[in-house]
Amino acid sequence: MNLRRDVFQAIADPTRRAILLLLASQSLTAGAIAANFDTSRPTVSRHLHILAECELLLQEQQGREIYYHLNAGKMKEIADFIEPFRKMWDDRFNKLEALMKKYKTE
Amino acid sequence: MEQKTKVHAEDGKQDLVITREFELPLELLFKAYAEAELVEQWMGNKVLKLENKNHGSYLFETRDPQGNVLFRANGVIHSFVPEKNITRTFEMENAPFPVQLEFLEFEKLGPDTSKLTMHIVYKSVTDRDNMLKLPFAYGINMAHNRLQEIIEKLK
Repeated sequence: MNLRRDVFQAIADPTRRAILLLLASQSLTAGAIAANFDTSRPTVSRHLHILAECELLLQEQQGREIYYHLNAGKMKEIADFIEPFRKMWDDRFNKLEALMKKYKTE
Repeated sequence: MEQKTKVHAEDGKQDLVITREFELPLELLFKAYAEAELVEQWMGNKVLKLENKNHGSYLFETRDPQGNVLFRANGVIHSFVPEKNITRTFEMENAPFPVQLEFLEFEKLGPDTSKLTMHIVYKSVTDRDNMLKLPFAYGINMAHNRLQEIIEKLK
């Protein structure tokens, strides 16, 4: 449960969310990621460190460079967190729709 | 396939928005909210009181087969504009959640389609997050209880 809270803290920061978006379609090095932000390189490094610690990012050594990419499994876990709440309303609204469709034809 | 019901909850905010598009004309969608016997059927609880008017109030209840109260919720209907919107409060009784404010907007999309937008404002960010987590936590509890039942049977 502790780790889960950390994940939510991690995505609460706008810069970290922007990093996740940036990495959604590509793997990048720390330098290439930092080039997209006005903040200093060490600040971006700190964000990358937090995201990696929460397992939202994975690091991969390619030659002398380290590439960061999204950990899709972990990202899905965050999406799944709201899913039971969404499902509860979806079930309710499906019932409403079915009920009123029947009401219309009666 | 695109999901019919969407939940939009931004981090660090004390509100959220639920949207749903229905394959129903606006009049029927609104009717499902306006008539107590219809509300009972799709909400799955008894409607003890439903005064759909400005400054009205409502009371919902669910009991188990033995007659014990499982769930009771009430609120006041701040404003009620047929086929347009309902503004109301919602509060569960005997639960650690403060009252919440709900803005319901009903929209016509086409002759047989309509949309509901539910904007819910909670007392604090933590209260919203706790409400969001409730079905999630409930799911875990259910799984845990089932597991315990199985373990009990094995003993």
